[in-house]
Amino acid sequence: MSTSRRTLGLYGGIAIASLVAPFVFDSYISQLTVLWVMVLFAITWDAMGGQMGYNSLGNIFFFGAGMYISAVVQIGLHYDVAEYTAAYGAIKVDFTPAQYHVGLVLGTIVAALGSVALAVALSWVVFGLRGPYFAIGTLGVALAAGELVGAWEYVGAGSGISLPVFPGEPEVGERFFYFAFFIAAVLSFFFFRWLYGTRFGLAINAIRDDEEKAEAMGIRTMRYKTITWSLSAFFLGICGSLFGNYNIFIEPLEVAFATVVFGIPMVVMALLGGKGTLWGPVIGAVLYHVIKEATWKYFLGWQWVALGLLIVVTVVFFQQGIMGWAQDKWPELFGIEVEEDSAEGDREAA
Amino acid sequence: MLSNFQLLFDFPVLNIELLLNGLMIGGIFALAAYGLALVWGVMNVKNLAQGDFVIMGGYIAFVVYKELGINPLWALPVAGIVMFGFGWLLYGLVIRWVIGRDLFTSLLATFGMAIVIQQLLNLIFGPDVQTADSGLGTQLFLDSVPVQEIRVLSLAIAGILALMVILFMKNSRMGQAIRATAQDPRAAKIMGIDTDRVYAFTYSLNAAICGVAGVLISMIWVIQPFYGIGHSIRSFVIVVAAGLGNLPGVIISALGLGALEQYGGFGFGTEFQQAIVVGLLILVLIVRQIMQARHRQVVQ
Repeated sequence: MSTSRRTLGLYGGIAIASLVAPFVFDSYISQLTVLWVMVLFAITWDAMGGQMGYNSLGNIFFFGAGMYISAVVQIGLHYDVAEYTAAYGAIKVDFTPAQYHVGLVLGTIVAALGSVALAVALSWVVFGLRGPYFAIGTLGVALAAGELVGAWEYVGAGSGISLPVFPGEPEVGERFFYFAFFIAAVLSFFFFRWLYGTRFGLAINAIRDDEEKAEAMGIRTMRYKTITWSLSAFFLGICGSLFGNYNIFIEPLEVAFATVVFGIPMVVMALLGGKGTLWGPVIGAVLYHVIKEATWKYFLGWQWVALGLLIVVTVVFFQQGIMGWAQDKWPELFGIEVEEDSAEGDREAA
Repeated sequence: MLSNFQLLFDFPVLNIELLLNGLMIGGIFALAAYGLALVWGVMNVKNLAQGDFVIMGGYIAFVVYKELGINPLWALPVAGIVMFGFGWLLYGLVIRWVIGRDLFTSLLATFGMAIVIQQLLNLIFGPDVQTADSGLGTQLFLDSVPVQEIRVLSLAIAGILALMVILFMKNSRMGQAIRATAQDPRAAKIMGIDTDRVYAFTYSLNAAICGVAGVLISMIWVIQPFYGIGHSIRSFVIVVAAGLGNLPGVIISALGLGALEQYGGFGFGTEFQQAIVVGLLILVLIVRQIMQARHRQVVQ
């Protein structure tokens, strides 16, 4: 009883803080907005890497794909996309608020479904690969997508696409996107929290622990892998669509398929917090984002060097993550019972 | 786009030029790929910083050429020695903790190192594309195909270096220790081989090979702080296509990659060159997978 009350208090506290934050810390709203993007990244990566044991380095692909799909839908509703991108911003979009919001919602829905479709199509290619080959293969998919989109004239090639600006006051727009990302991140958190508690969660954990055995027990591993990959893609597609509109301008290498800026940090955040746990990715994302913003502020110019070092240190020396470390330190808090007798028995035997 | 392919039919001489260029660049790719296969095979570490070692070697040549004002060919031994030391340093700081961990760890850790290296190079040299001029001329091959002398020389140097490394691995004490460790690290340890030193040496040797390859790349091509990832991907394409421990395979697929890249770049435009390399990586992985699926069916 007390645990559930404590959990409720925790959720309530976070919810209140999140709702109040954009109004209190007005000048930090853009950092807070990106924070929720990072949280969503870490949660969706952890579904693959942490819970299912498939360490993808290319999940950013769906973020970029969603961004581009949504942009094409939004522009395509009212203009000829090829003509629009060929003009390099000479054609100014002029949407009424109603047109803008309809375009955004429609674009986001198509982006989410399109990402799922891409995930299903790609699953045949990537899921035959195991271990490091899977990581390299998915990294290759993300890099190839960036390069191909960067050479594709229809979507503006390397010059990207300008998207319509939020109709109304800039402050309202900032808050609008803050809450949009907040809702997306919270939805993905509760969705995966629910999912890990079901039979489905047990199945993907079984795949992580021993795929051959899981298959021998009658789990259709390919189906589970495809569905998990698609669920990640679904949320990343939504996030990508929103981020494109938040950023107003999209471009293949630095914004959409930004492997170094977002793609690899996704993994690092989940590892930093503790992969395969519910709260680990969230904690890791917050910590990573704070460190990132701090290095941006105090080590400008050296920020990427610092982040590269953070990646190395996290991966090499702290891979169990904060949650893993806490579980080792205070197992009783996590409901893990250490049997004193067996521990003593081990010692005697040794 | 297709008109370019039409050109190849109309002027067959172009084919010879592309093929020669491809083979000469491919010879240098083979060096970096061999280094990757060495570290992969001996230490089971997937080095994603491979291309960044190459680019570092290139910048050493650039410094020798620009700051010291002498022929960048002199940078060959310098890059070899400096990168050997750098490799030893990285081994002590990072890689030794990665050995024996799961494969994903080495990928991500070396990717982190790659980011640090490319960003440091960017801070020191700026993001401009650079090249080191060896001052050699161009010859006409068969009276019609222009061939840069430096490319021929680079291929020869790459060949000699590869031969030296192979002889070293076959005959020297350390080479034998490396091969023994690759076969069975525990047994090698029992037989008195200091495996930690062997790993350090292997990793440094790889860095040195990459450094020399980078010097050659800087003379026949261009270098830029962020081009490293392309070279890393190339190495992976070659090694995955050839399979581990298959030296002739590495050489053949490296030459093939060089030629394919030249053809693709010519046919589709240079903006697709990087995409072609990454596309080949995915293609190679898919082909391997189909082969394995067939193998699995046979076993069943």
